[in-house]
Amino acid sequence: MNIAILSGKGGTGKTTVSTNLSLVTGSNYIDCDVEEPNGFIFLKPSQIASREVKMDYPLVDTNLCALCGACAKVCQFNALVRTKKKITLFEKLCHGCRACGLMCNHGALTFGKRVVGRIEEGTLWDIVCKRGILNVGELMAVPVIKELLTNLPEGVNLLDCSPGTSCNVVCSLQYADSAVLVTEPSLFGLHDLKMAVQLVRCFNLPLSVIINKYNREDDRIERYCQQENIRVLGVIPYDREVVRVYSSGKMVVQLPEYRERFEKIAKNLREVFPWN
Amino acid sequence: MKVAISSTGRDLNSMLDTRFGRCNYFIIYDVEKGFVKAMENRGQISGGGAGIAAAQQIMDEDIDMVITGSMGPNAFNLLRNSDIKVYQCKNIQVEKAIQMLKDGGLEELTQVGPAHAGIGMGSGKGFRGGR
Repeated sequence: MNIAILSGKGGTGKTTVSTNLSLVTGSNYIDCDVEEPNGFIFLKPSQIASREVKMDYPLVDTNLCALCGACAKVCQFNALVRTKKKITLFEKLCHGCRACGLMCNHGALTFGKRVVGRIEEGTLWDIVCKRGILNVGELMAVPVIKELLTNLPEGVNLLDCSPGTSCNVVCSLQYADSAVLVTEPSLFGLHDLKMAVQLVRCFNLPLSVIINKYNREDDRIERYCQQENIRVLGVIPYDREVVRVYSSGKMVVQLPEYRERFEKIAKNLREVFPWN
Repeated sequence: MKVAISSTGRDLNSMLDTRFGRCNYFIIYDVEKGFVKAMENRGQISGGGAGIAAAQQIMDEDIDMVITGSMGPNAFNLLRNSDIKVYQCKNIQVEKAIQMLKDGGLEELTQVGPAHAGIGMGSGKGFRGGR
């Protein structure tokens, strides 16, 4: 069972919710925000094993190349260009789809592999903690996310997704069985929550909401959820103490009051998405 | 000698578009024979690598010179390696830009502009992911 934690708006508390829920429920934690994974800062897993993520890219044999330009023409990502002298590759734009290889009638294209990121896997007690890391300067996160989410451990996995509703989130949702949307009571929070709800509904996944930075005076999220018939699993108050603990890299559930809160959220979560 | 000018419209009265990769059209002009045609820039609709797509089009048309406002590193290097000269111009009428080129009033572009400069015009089209 894979539960995607997403938000739409950035900074609403996806990582706070995912790491603390993972601890309270004993679920595995999977950091899919490969452009800037930060969950390990809080969970501090040990015995970390690392492996590289590689992508295909075309190599042109200039002796065989007839400079016909068929490879450049078929490339949907403008990664290949035919100049008068040679075929030029912009490797960071290459999606590794190999269409260029199919189009080449001269046998001039072969494929090499290049490293674009890595996967790290460690443990915290019996919790498996995994994350993908995209190398600095690389443009495409999806290959790293796909590699990260293939062969996930048994049991319940919490997928801590990227913000927004981009390809990165879409890719993560392809591996999810259900979704929890973390939001905050602000105009921006609600606006992006609506987009995230739309996206999750495209996948026909069951979804529910957690409201972070909750304050009693602003009920725009609750009103929206009621309208849309979306269950609110719980709220995390807008509290200086939470920020203090979080900003020193500690778990919010270290505070007894918040352990109780997260346990309640976990109980509600089990009601919505039952697991053993 | 064929010149390509990045343009907002299809004719010589149009204003020059200072963006290379994301301009709407290229006006192709033959220095001896005059106006040749306007072609849509395939770069403007591409998700990424707009400058590269535009440069490919320029190379396929056997252009000798380009007039534009600025150019990112990828397109700039492609054109330079193909011996296509790039001249810099402000957003004036395409016709006037051509006249300035003929009069020797345009400077060759020697400095690469920032990457992705032609995108969004400040609307912040998400560059986090998005493709």
